[in-house]
Amino acid sequence: MNAPAATARPADWLESGKREGWVFSTLCWLSTWSSVAILLVLLVAIVSQAWGWLDWQFLTSFDSQRFPDKAGILAGLWGSFWTILITILVSVPVGVGAAVHLEEFGRNDRLSRIIQVNLANLAGVPSIVYGILGLTAFSRMFGLFGEQGLIPISEINLLGWQIPIPFGKSVIAGALTLALMILPVIIVASQEALRAVPPSIRHAALALGATRWQMVRHQVLPAALPGIMTGVILAVSRAMGEAAPLILVGATTFVLYAPGDISSLADIRENPEGLLRAPFDSFTVMPIQIFNWAQQAKADFREHVAAAGIVVLLGMLLLLNATAIVVRNRSQKRMKY
Amino acid sequence: MAQPLMNVAPNRPPSLPQGPAADESAPPREPAPRVTKFDVRDLNFFYGAAQALFNVNLSIPQQSVTALIGPSGCGKSTFLRVLNRMNDIIEGTQVAGTVLLEGIDIYGKDVDVVALRKRVGMVFQKSTPFPKSIFDNIAFGPRIAGLKDKRALAEIVESSLTRAALWGEVKDRLQESALALSGGQQQRLCIARALATNPDVLLMDEPASALDPASTSRVEDLIFELKENYTIIIVTHNMQQAARVSDSTAFFFNGKLIEFGNTQKLFTNPREQQTEDYITGRFG
Repeated sequence: MNAPAATARPADWLESGKREGWVFSTLCWLSTWSSVAILLVLLVAIVSQAWGWLDWQFLTSFDSQRFPDKAGILAGLWGSFWTILITILVSVPVGVGAAVHLEEFGRNDRLSRIIQVNLANLAGVPSIVYGILGLTAFSRMFGLFGEQGLIPISEINLLGWQIPIPFGKSVIAGALTLALMILPVIIVASQEALRAVPPSIRHAALALGATRWQMVRHQVLPAALPGIMTGVILAVSRAMGEAAPLILVGATTFVLYAPGDISSLADIRENPEGLLRAPFDSFTVMPIQIFNWAQQAKADFREHVAAAGIVVLLGMLLLLNATAIVVRNRSQKRMKY
Repeated sequence: MAQPLMNVAPNRPPSLPQGPAADESAPPREPAPRVTKFDVRDLNFFYGAAQALFNVNLSIPQQSVTALIGPSGCGKSTFLRVLNRMNDIIEGTQVAGTVLLEGIDIYGKDVDVVALRKRVGMVFQKSTPFPKSIFDNIAFGPRIAGLKDKRALAEIVESSLTRAALWGEVKDRLQESALALSGGQQQRLCIARALATNPDVLLMDEPASALDPASTSRVEDLIFELKENYTIIIVTHNMQQAARVSDSTAFFFNGKLIEFGNTQKLFTNPREQQTEDYITGRFG
């Protein structure tokens, strides 16, 4: 150091700030990368365990109780497909509709504030509680129907479509339960998205002689759509990985058929009424199959088949999220304000 | 032409001639006696418990430009929004008094607010293009009114953009996003969009306050041309602008209409002391 003695050492107050900054940014770096590292370890472990087990046979076979190398996830794939399809069909229209009502039409009175607070609470209710609710409300329908029920009917005829009630251990009971579970999440996310649409858009539409409905339909909803989509996808991903409430509702752990006996596209051609039967069939889903395998006595089930199932489930979730991101970015590009 | 304001219009006078032919080529600055468009009587306006307008009485002549001036918070924007009932969307507002549009009370029981807003168009301070194409922005009003025919829509889009002096600049990129336009172009787009519903009144809430001088002067030129066919009411903070574009001027202060009259007279020889103080820059 050739600098004069007076300037060789920076004053204390200069030094301390620098050190704090360095410590803080290092901590931030650590917390970011630690989560990524853990995820990476997990992925590597799972994939290496599933290696050699996750093949075409695994994807296209039903389960096997005795032979790990003959077990497959087909029942879970189709069960998850039907469950999630019905969950989406129920929860998205109801959830977005509720959000639109609360944000665009409802008055900001006491009642809507109570609803608002309760929505936030509902979003935090554990899934097992929804399972109990679904069991009572959908699987058993409070014991109102059925042979021993107050109203002794066991099916409804809806335009020639036999709907068994109560729903029992069926896809629809599970899907309605999951729909109830993710409804608050969808509503809250959609409300956020609607609130992010600038009021000036609303005023401009109204000033052009739009009715409130036309304003919502043509300007506000399209502008909020990317945000709504994000919320829906996050909620649906959560529903897809959920096992607990479905076990309560009565999803079966060991299943050797797909809902409605449709396990390939060819089946739809041969057996089209299976499509109508599928929602009321008993079922299993991927997370429950994984849960079941992880409990088996044979080590191969626990170590390899379950891992293969996890990889399939993770792959599905990643696919869903990736689609969401692509769709969202595409629609976002068209509307920036 | 204009949409019916009511389902049944009992006392509506025979529709008045409009358009350039009816203007009798009067010199623009000469305040020839004109037909009254808006007749405001004893208007009081409240935001909840706070009163924003006190006993406003005002007759706005047809096919002219009326400027509303006054310091911030004086009620001029509130008054403007009374005229197309945009205040209705704010919860807890209340209107007392009568506002007659060609003799019909727009706060009457049978009035369809949607039809009113189609006749009384509005342009906001901040340009508010929808995040859609230029074409879809202009076509929005006619479309929600039920027009589906593509050729008719295209004609309306062209004529509205032409009247807003924007057609030449955008005719080759109608399908591009309206958000790609410059600030001045966006504001003229909003004017074109308001014209597309075929209104006969145009309310403008500081339409040029966010624009650069060149864009401002284009908008002012446009206002000058549009008054041939439309009744224009403009809120402005800029007194030179009020003097340049308007035929009559209303000065608001603390929710009261202090003075209303011919623009030239009001600016050169105001009747009230408060008006003089304001226009000479002693306050506000």
